[in-house]
Amino acid sequence: MGFFAMTKTVLRNLAEGPATRQYPLVPARTSALTRGHIAFDPATCRSCGLCSRRCPCEAIRLDKEEKVWEINRMRCIACSDCVEGCPFGSITMERDYLPPVVELVVERHTITYVKPEKPEKKPKEESAGESA
Amino acid sequence: MPKRIVVPFGPQHPVLPEPIHLDLVLEDELVVDVVPSIGYIHRGLEQLVQKREFTEYVYVAERICGICSFMHAVGYSQGVEHIMGLEVPDRARYLRTIWSECSRLHSHLLWLGLFADGMGFENLFMRSWQLRESVLDTLEDTTGGRVIQGTCKVGGVRRDIGQEKLDEMHRALDPFEEQCRDLGDVFLNDDTVKYRLKGLGVISKDEAYALGATGPTARGSGVAMDHRETGYAAYGDIGFKPVVETAGDCYARCAVRVKEVYASIDQIRRAIDQIPEGPLDVKVKGTPNGEYFSRVEQPRGEVIHYLRGDGTKHLSRARIRTPTLANIPMLVKMLPGAQLADVPVVVLSIDPCISCTER
Repeated sequence: MGFFAMTKTVLRNLAEGPATRQYPLVPARTSALTRGHIAFDPATCRSCGLCSRRCPCEAIRLDKEEKVWEINRMRCIACSDCVEGCPFGSITMERDYLPPVVELVVERHTITYVKPEKPEKKPKEESAGESA
Repeated sequence: MPKRIVVPFGPQHPVLPEPIHLDLVLEDELVVDVVPSIGYIHRGLEQLVQKREFTEYVYVAERICGICSFMHAVGYSQGVEHIMGLEVPDRARYLRTIWSECSRLHSHLLWLGLFADGMGFENLFMRSWQLRESVLDTLEDTTGGRVIQGTCKVGGVRRDIGQEKLDEMHRALDPFEEQCRDLGDVFLNDDTVKYRLKGLGVISKDEAYALGATGPTARGSGVAMDHRETGYAAYGDIGFKPVVETAGDCYARCAVRVKEVYASIDQIRRAIDQIPEGPLDVKVKGTPNGEYFSRVEQPRGEVIHYLRGDGTKHLSRARIRTPTLANIPMLVKMLPGAQLADVPVVVLSIDPCISCTER
């Protein structure tokens, strides 16, 4: 190794400034695929319970009678398995991370989905669109 | 004869990222004996296999280790796929190889940084971690997670890397390799580093083999044993040759890892060149019934996933032998004869990952 081998690095660092960022002030770098946290839409959930059955860490609990969907944020590992498993697109993966908390929070959502009344004679295309 | 004293080292120590406890028996400053003990962070992840469906457990398997996470997922998935007789599509095998090598890159760069920090070379530590950050950014762009990728599943992979991103990765490899070579040059040729590491913690080839060492720890002693040679995932197609050093000291183990960084970059380049088009996964039908020893080469050595299924959707047994467990006997042989001040460097030279070891 020659003399002053690290000098190149030192000069580059002087010119480019710090490689780190002032995190809370400057938001963290995310990409389009970043698994930050999951978001739930109570208006489209049809209480099928696939998400709670698929969850590998039992973070999601669904009460079909009470129409309550709960998530324990401290258990959720953001693996995105429920997002892939949801047939109605009620669960989505958001890019940003949730802020840190100091006490256990179980997020409760009341499912507001109302089953549409079956029209007596329904055109075929519409029914196919609804069930998808 | 000097009086013997016992100095406790760890489980919390500035150089140790994870808890291992060593009782060092000293004569003055010289280590004469060492008694290791682990068991501070047992999490019972093996038991969990009986409570989670076999397709879900892959997310748990990934969380056994925070650094070689992707390889644990690959090891587990390969085991289940073998039991069920699933044929993984070619593109999935290549993607697994690319992500595995990215994991190896970031793990080795992390280790190089910690090692530099352990021997007191702060500047080199920051430089290594700066390079590691660009690998993590690529992993996040392609998988969605920085260290827990979550893209491997039983039967294939969950995500694809688009051709555009693959080209971008390929273009970025050349400047990245140049930076890595600059960094590696300091590790391999700097007089301070050589003076600190040469002749420290020497293990002969026969001893390493007899003690069952794996990974860079074994290859630093001249044991040419790398599980990638068996050609799992796409390693059989893209070709692989293990990196071997013969000195058996801390410097040799460091050199193996530096050269493996270069080798990994080369592997990623070849995998991107040869990646075929095709489906990403096969449909998983039925339940696993049978048993299999799945072996995968991690940055620290060879990991073994023993899996047994009894025809239900829960596996009946999982047993994971991680590389650090195999390398701890080496550590016990390495330390006697070293000075107390050299203990952190020798301990780090096996790249201990205790969370893995205790699961």
